Amino acid sequence: MLKNFSGKGEQTVLESISYTSDYEFSNGCRAPPWRQIHGEICYVLVKPHDVETLCVTCSAEGVFLNGGKTDNEGEINYERKGEIYKDLVTFLKEKSAKFSENMSKQEKRFSDEKEKKEPTNEPPEKEEAAPVQKALTGSGKRTLEKNQINFGKSQMTKRLEPSLSWKATVRFKEYRSLLRDPQEEKHRRRPERSGPPVKPGRAQLVRKSNEKIEEIISESSSESEEGEEPLDRQEANADLPSEYWQIQKLVKYLKGGNQTATVIALCSMKDFNLAQETCQLAIRDVGGLEVLINLLDTDEVKCKIGSLKILKEISHNPQIRRNIVDLGGLPVMVNTLDSPHKSLKCLAAETIANVAKFRRARQAVRRYGGITKLVALLDCGKSSAEPAQSSLYDARDVEVARCGALALWSCSKSYTNKEAIRKAGGIPLLARLLKTSHENMLIPVVGTLQECASEENYRAAIKAERIIENLVKNLNSENEQLQEHCAMAIYQCAEDKETRDLVRLHGGLKRLASLLDNTDNKERLAAVTGAIWKCSISKENVTKFREYKAIETLVGLLTDQPEEVLVNVVGALGECCQDYENRVLVRKCGGIPPLVNLLVGVNQALLVNVTKAVGACAVEPESMMIIDRLDGVRLLWSLLKNPHPEVKASAAWALCPCIQNTKDAGEMVRSFVGGLELVVNLLKSDNKEVLASVCAAITNIANDQENLAVITDRGVVPLLSKLANTNNDKLRRHLAEAISRCCMWGRNRVAFGEYKAVAPLVHYLKSDDPNVHRATAQALYQLSEDADNCVTIHENGAVKLLLDMVGSTDQDLQEAAAGCISNIRRLALATEKARYT
Amino acid sequence: MNYGISDNPRHVGLELGYLRTLQCVEATLDMDQKTLKKLVESISNTVKNFKKSEVECLVRLFHSLVERANVRLNNLGLDRNAFGAILHSVFGMTDDMLMNRVFFVFDKDHNNRINVKECVKGLSVFLRGTFEEKLKFCFEVYYLNGDGYICREEIFDMLKNSLHQQSSEENDEGIKELVDITLKKMDYDNDGKISFADFEKAVREERLLLEVFGPCLPEAKNCIDFEALAFRHILNSSF
Repeated sequence: MLKNFSGKGEQTVLESISYTSDYEFSNGCRAPPWRQIHGEICYVLVKPHDVETLCVTCSAEGVFLNGGKTDNEGEINYERKGEIYKDLVTFLKEKSAKFSENMSKQEKRFSDEKEKKEPTNEPPEKEEAAPVQKALTGSGKRTLEKNQINFGKSQMTKRLEPSLSWKATVRFKEYRSLLRDPQEEKHRRRPERSGPPVKPGRAQLVRKSNEKIEEIISESSSESEEGEEPLDRQEANADLPSEYWQIQKLVKYLKGGNQTATVIALCSMKDFNLAQETCQLAIRDVGGLEVLINLLDTDEVKCKIGSLKILKEISHNPQIRRNIVDLGGLPVMVNTLDSPHKSLKCLAAETIANVAKFRRARQAVRRYGGITKLVALLDCGKSSAEPAQSSLYDARDVEVARCGALALWSCSKSYTNKEAIRKAGGIPLLARLLKTSHENMLIPVVGTLQECASEENYRAAIKAERIIENLVKNLNSENEQLQEHCAMAIYQCAEDKETRDLVRLHGGLKRLASLLDNTDNKERLAAVTGAIWKCSISKENVTKFREYKAIETLVGLLTDQPEEVLVNVVGALGECCQDYENRVLVRKCGGIPPLVNLLVGVNQALLVNVTKAVGACAVEPESMMIIDRLDGVRLLWSLLKNPHPEVKASAAWALCPCIQNTKDAGEMVRSFVGGLELVVNLLKSDNKEVLASVCAAITNIANDQENLAVITDRGVVPLLSKLANTNNDKLRRHLAEAISRCCMWGRNRVAFGEYKAVAPLVHYLKSDDPNVHRATAQALYQLSEDADNCVTIHENGAVKLLLDMVGSTDQDLQEAAAGCISNIRRLALATEKARYT
Repeated sequence: MNYGISDNPRHVGLELGYLRTLQCVEATLDMDQKTLKKLVESISNTVKNFKKSEVECLVRLFHSLVERANVRLNNLGLDRNAFGAILHSVFGMTDDMLMNRVFFVFDKDHNNRINVKECVKGLSVFLRGTFEEKLKFCFEVYYLNGDGYICREEIFDMLKNSLHQQSSEENDEGIKELVDITLKKMDYDNDGKISFADFEKAVREERLLLEVFGPCLPEAKNCIDFEALAFRHILNSSF
């Protein structure tokens, strides 16, 4: 290529120029590796008109004459023989008078703005730029079109990386400066865009080029095919990829062509790699989106099909999706759903499926009546009389239904759309499609159901339509994606007890357990473990899972799994461990250490489940020993500092069995520096669940006298008293228990009275929850040991309520109520006695 | 070329009224029953897409059309103008050049007249053609000089009216580029022309390319309308 630029005439600056070696290394250098270490890039043979052939080394430091080529082996004598020049032009000017002379002529010519004699201008720039440039970009650059500099750049960056790794780091800076070139060049080229009048600017550039290598690169790379008229236009926009121009041309035909030309242009556009962002954005930037959308408004079926085929592909790009919505693409697509052409319907639905990936788009689909139309697409069996004959469905009808389901799947991610689908009668249709055996269709159908099952209404409908049965059936499919979505749908639906029972009755549990064995597909594993978790909320199901040896497998999944899987596995184990046998099983399988290890995580959902599972295990003294040994209690305790209230609450609940089942629990609790203060301060939380759990924890902590003394000093009494005015039964129960336990120290009884905790407590007796009754009666019993409290209790009308509770079957409640009454009675007697004496 | 019919393709529906009147003519048509039966028989042997009764309907229709078009000429067959008029009015085609080309493809014996056999055969592709039949038909429409290839000049000719509102120079340039785009897409063997193999491969990959150089098949809606009219006697009698 270089020869092209040298020429033979007097006007030209050189007779010839060429590389010594045709081989290029992957980093773009032509110098052998051991010379690259010295920063040498390549060797060039230059033959100016008036001097002998010069063998030149181009290195990162500059250009110098080397020892020349040794004749026999073609080897180069790498010794430096001359001074280092900063670039090839300076070097040649020094070595060759003729070159220097011609060079200055060229420059003059530039300033004279002689446009068409450019070939002769090339050599000076070329000679010098080419080695450097090529050294950087490699052979790819040479073949690159002028306007593909963008690619060249990325390529360049990539290519240089490997070479840097074995080059001395000193070199790095120099390479960096070279690397910057294309970017600078890009900036410079921008102002030149406007076509012919740019010439002066270019001349300027060339003049500067004698000083700056970067600029020369910009020139040479854009003029590698010099002198041809049509190229001039492209050249002006050198920083855009060639696809851009080709696509622009096609869009021109879309705009100005009749149907025939439009179809040709559309088909041709489809041949571009539409999955590539460059092409997607190119279509948008040249105004193609508007045209494509406009085409949907015409009567030409072929144009519509072609347009949708392109829109379908490029709408995978999130930016394009937004642009389509902004340009009003959705209403026309929704209208296209009415077309009698099935393929057109399919394409429109598929495109909507791609576009409706964000809220505004889903909203638009609904607003333009798309949901109803999409639901109508599901009704593919309308023509054939019996829906049972699924195999007789026309393949194209199935395709229509599939695309409809696909679009609904996308749309179903928003709440209002879920409702719209239900109102449009989508659920029975989805249920019917679920009975077919077309795997491709089942996936979006189940996907939609899975999405919608987050709504209570749907879960009821899903039960009513006997969908669970089919979900379980499809769980047995071989298709992993289908299994995944079925499991996911079950996961969503199994919040409901009846559904959990249905899954069991249809034999879904065994399949779920067996799907645990394949752990490669993490998404599916997450869905399956999720389904198992929710199903195991029912005791019967847990028994089944134990039968299918699922517990052991779950324990095995506690390590080396992604968090989505872990959350579900731990959740399932947490449920399973409510059973004594399973707790033993988990311990024997070595499940406790990995569980405790998970306590150090950061994932909120995971921490909630882990703390729950650890708490469930801690009920077993033997397991508790292991937890204690692994410092699990300290970890749980530190989770009380977690910012998420759910985690705090769950950790506090888990601490209760830990404290109960540890020997020397008091000692252990005291060993956590600042631990008790932390717990007491949590009583300032405004989350009811946190408060209830902390009260429960305090109840357990207060069993130890010394700790009770500490928390009293930390002001537990006023804090508990402040909580007394609550309607939450769970909190009432644990609060009452905490108060009754805290009465055991010093003058806490009196203090509770002073902080006005007693009166509200009496009202707890009117609650419906027997647990609250028991806890409250016990607390009142404790409080009634103080005379002033007795008065308060009596004044608030507790006696009648307590008398009723003496008749309860709950022995503890009986006892406490009676104790309280007796305290009140005794006080009354004492007062009377005092009065009469 | 003017067929003496409204140029507005939107009026296809109206023109079907014309067909309806023909049907009345057909009812009065006095044709030898024996000849008719024989004709129907022989056509049915070669054209598999229609039932015998349907062929009979088409034959009757054809005769009434011929009668109307060539009252004075004692010639059994439709000439180019008459055929064009039918394509336009019944099937909503508008491009004169393509209609001519369709005529030539219908006219298998190249006598510039479409006889009854040719007509029924052609219609069988129009109305009931399989993908392969349509593929062959379209390719025949597009290659004119009979060498079995669609060459660059032919493409240029067919596409030359496909751009709106441009000066003739710009237009030629634009069309030239469009031809290049088409060839780049469809000329798989890079010989500068489109062979049947090229055409088939391209169309199989992308169905939209079937009528790549202009519409030469009727739209589905027109076909349904035509069938409903032409075969209405059979439909009526079957109910």
